[in-house]
Amino acid sequence: MNFWLVLTVNSVTFGGLLFLLSAGFSLIFGLMRIPNLTHGSLFMLGAYFGATLLTGVFGVKLNFWVAAILAALGVAMIGALIERLLLRRLPGDALAQVLVTLGLSFIAADLCLMVWGGDPINVETPPWLGGFMRLGSVAFPNYRLAIIVIAVVFAIGLWMLLERTRLGAMIRAGVDDPDMARVVGIRVSQLFTIVFALGAALAAFAGIIGGPILSVYPGIDQDMLPLALVVVILGGTGSLLGSFVGSIIVGFIYNFGQALLPELAYFVLFLPMLLVLIFRPQGLFGRQLP
Amino acid sequence: MSALTVTGLCKAFGGLHVTTDVNLNVEPGERRLIIGPNGAGKTTLFNLITGELTPDSGSVQLFGRELTTVPSRRRAHLGMARTYQIITLFARDTIVRNVTLALLGLSKVRWNPLIVIDRQTELIDRAHAALKLVGLAQIAERPLSQTSYGERRRVEIAMALAQQPKVLLLDEPYAGLSIDERRDVQETIRAIPRDVTIVMIEHNMDVALDFAERITLLHFGKIIVEGTRAEVVADPRTREVYLGH
Amino acid sequence: MKPELNGRNVALAMAFAALVSLPFWVSGTYYINVSSQILFYAIFALGLNVLVGYGGLVSLGHAGLFGIAAYATGYFLQAGFPHSAAILLALVVGIASTAVFAFLALRATGIGFIMITLALGQIIWGLAYRWISLTGGDNGITLHGRPAPFGLDLGSASAFYYTTFIIFLIAVVACAILAGSPFGAAIKGTRDQPRRMNALGYHVWAIRFWACLLSGLLTCVAGILFVYYNQFISPQTAALTASAEVLLMVIAGGPATLLGPIVGAALVVIVKNVVSGYIERWNFLLGAIFVAIVILMPEGLVPGTVRLWRGGLRAFRRRRGIVLAQSAEPKP
Repeated sequence: MNFWLVLTVNSVTFGGLLFLLSAGFSLIFGLMRIPNLTHGSLFMLGAYFGATLLTGVFGVKLNFWVAAILAALGVAMIGALIERLLLRRLPGDALAQVLVTLGLSFIAADLCLMVWGGDPINVETPPWLGGFMRLGSVAFPNYRLAIIVIAVVFAIGLWMLLERTRLGAMIRAGVDDPDMARVVGIRVSQLFTIVFALGAALAAFAGIIGGPILSVYPGIDQDMLPLALVVVILGGTGSLLGSFVGSIIVGFIYNFGQALLPELAYFVLFLPMLLVLIFRPQGLFGRQLP
Repeated sequence: MSALTVTGLCKAFGGLHVTTDVNLNVEPGERRLIIGPNGAGKTTLFNLITGELTPDSGSVQLFGRELTTVPSRRRAHLGMARTYQIITLFARDTIVRNVTLALLGLSKVRWNPLIVIDRQTELIDRAHAALKLVGLAQIAERPLSQTSYGERRRVEIAMALAQQPKVLLLDEPYAGLSIDERRDVQETIRAIPRDVTIVMIEHNMDVALDFAERITLLHFGKIIVEGTRAEVVADPRTREVYLGH
Repeated sequence: MKPELNGRNVALAMAFAALVSLPFWVSGTYYINVSSQILFYAIFALGLNVLVGYGGLVSLGHAGLFGIAAYATGYFLQAGFPHSAAILLALVVGIASTAVFAFLALRATGIGFIMITLALGQIIWGLAYRWISLTGGDNGITLHGRPAPFGLDLGSASAFYYTTFIIFLIAVVACAILAGSPFGAAIKGTRDQPRRMNALGYHVWAIRFWACLLSGLLTCVAGILFVYYNQFISPQTAALTASAEVLLMVIAGGPATLLGPIVGAALVVIVKNVVSGYIERWNFLLGAIFVAIVILMPEGLVPGTVRLWRGGLRAFRRRRGIVLAQSAEPKP
């Protein structure tokens, strides 16, 4: 009984991290039609930046959340630069965008290996979240519960942003019909940079707050990117709800898979993908893939 | 038996009804003109007839054969061919290769990965014959990228004719042509033998009027008037929706 | 038809003669081995080119299929099968996996196809890592010895080179025949005008499916040669980097041509071997090449270098070699 409960909490936690990662991916893809294969790298960069800030730069040790936010901002800048300097030159050329983002992800992976070495870096849990919450005979790590809360807060925040603000209305218009959005005078160019930076920040933030659970290691980018892809294939592109539901599904399947069939955890991921692609190729909440 | 029968055809995209209860009856050998202003749903009607779009309800029959469940590629094999309003050709190939591809589409040989396409002399001869029908025989080997817009229109028609269809659907074959080019295409269409039934879409009524035996006027996805050329031209509703207000 | 005596045919004949006599004029096993690598990677690139160049379907998961064939060979050999049976079974497993792969990826075209193949490739890579009882995990599978067909021991570098060369020749001829065949024309047609192809009576999905299988067949053959060459297979073989490398071979040489992928394979293998002799940063270089190709040479490495060499920065945009295939359904 306890085992299942703990596993469930772990699944939801992981799903929450995946949501932060894939919401940005899905929005970028939905809005700009850019398959951003650097998304795993942005996650990894966030984690490494955060871990470095935490262990102290110039003798200054930062608070966990300050480090997380700074890391996210730093990666957001990198994201904005990638969009402005590279992707901007390749509008509508999906293959070129795939190749550039893929190339960048290789460069980023190699740079991280050069700077931070090949050994995993453990990220310490913020001290005041280090304990457990007891519910009857089961103890849940506070930190995992905190991640769930953060993911839900971000989900609500993103939903409000998309549904209740002017920026959100412009993004939605852009997702629905990019050409029309341009015609009615939305400054798509600026919007693209903002969304790309936002997606990058979310991925980086997920990377650092996932640190205490996953740790940071070379190759985490290549572990996370396919999970984000599977989430988007399941949930459908450009849909926040799709990312949320897809993330939770993948979180459960991945964690239960790892616990019950550790060797086949990746293979089990394949099954929901198979079902969705056969019966609903546009994803659970998405429109037709282009 | 009618060549083409359309019964109760309906199609909506979201809340937008683009085809509403359309009924058509085209006799074998007939020349039918479907007119209507832009956005009347003419091309959608073609896409529904060829099966490229699936209707919400209604049926399409080709010489009495029910086509509703027949996938669009099979309809080509049953004798239905079409041209596109927006020219849809293979830009990297020569003119004759374009037509050969059309012929291959109906041939079993199309699955064969082991023979040389250039040695399929029978197919290639038939492609040249089709090009002769549209007056392009002498430039058959020219790459498509070096042809004029009017010539491409005629390649479109040659590809459809090469398939020896029973029913030929022409989607605005005069669109974007100069007066001279239009005359050439008109000649080509007039020369098509009577064993081919033709349905043509045109939004500019004048250019296609002398071609039509019967005319169907489409407006907002509905048939407004149908009859002989004289009847439709004389009908006040035609004037109202079409010929000016 | 009599072969013409033009520059192109002379060059081809000279290349052929050079390849046949290679072990005699190349000094040292190392270079013969590099040549073998080039040849089986060329088979791999030719296989991917069927899909990418002719079909307009860009796969980022082909290393997964390559890996499956290689792993299957290793697995069946480990299980005690003779070489012939192991090779045959590996081909069957590889083709069957390709069929599943194609069936799922062909639910989409364009970017969708790329993303699904990427996800599938990564799942295969993940399996290679985690399914330790089958794949040996990070330790991989080690082979013991190469086959000796007709009493000819392939253990020596030149014997293996000649075997690879013969299979390579068969692959090149097969691709040449395919490219000039009605089915080849049909594949290219579905790349350029899927909607028109459908209206002309072609089964667009089935054509793409068969193109995937043909591509998978060459990929699996290359994978089997690879595992016999290295006598070792590990998850790295199935990684995204490997898929990207072979895609680079196709793009670099010029897609939808016969010689392009072969030249591309030679370039990538040579650069990789040279670079790894000096520095460890192959991935960095690979990434940088991708970015540089896209930004500086949108039409491909070989034609791009020629253009840059001639100093022409005019007509710099457009004309990329690859066209992404789109769906056969009309947009409403």
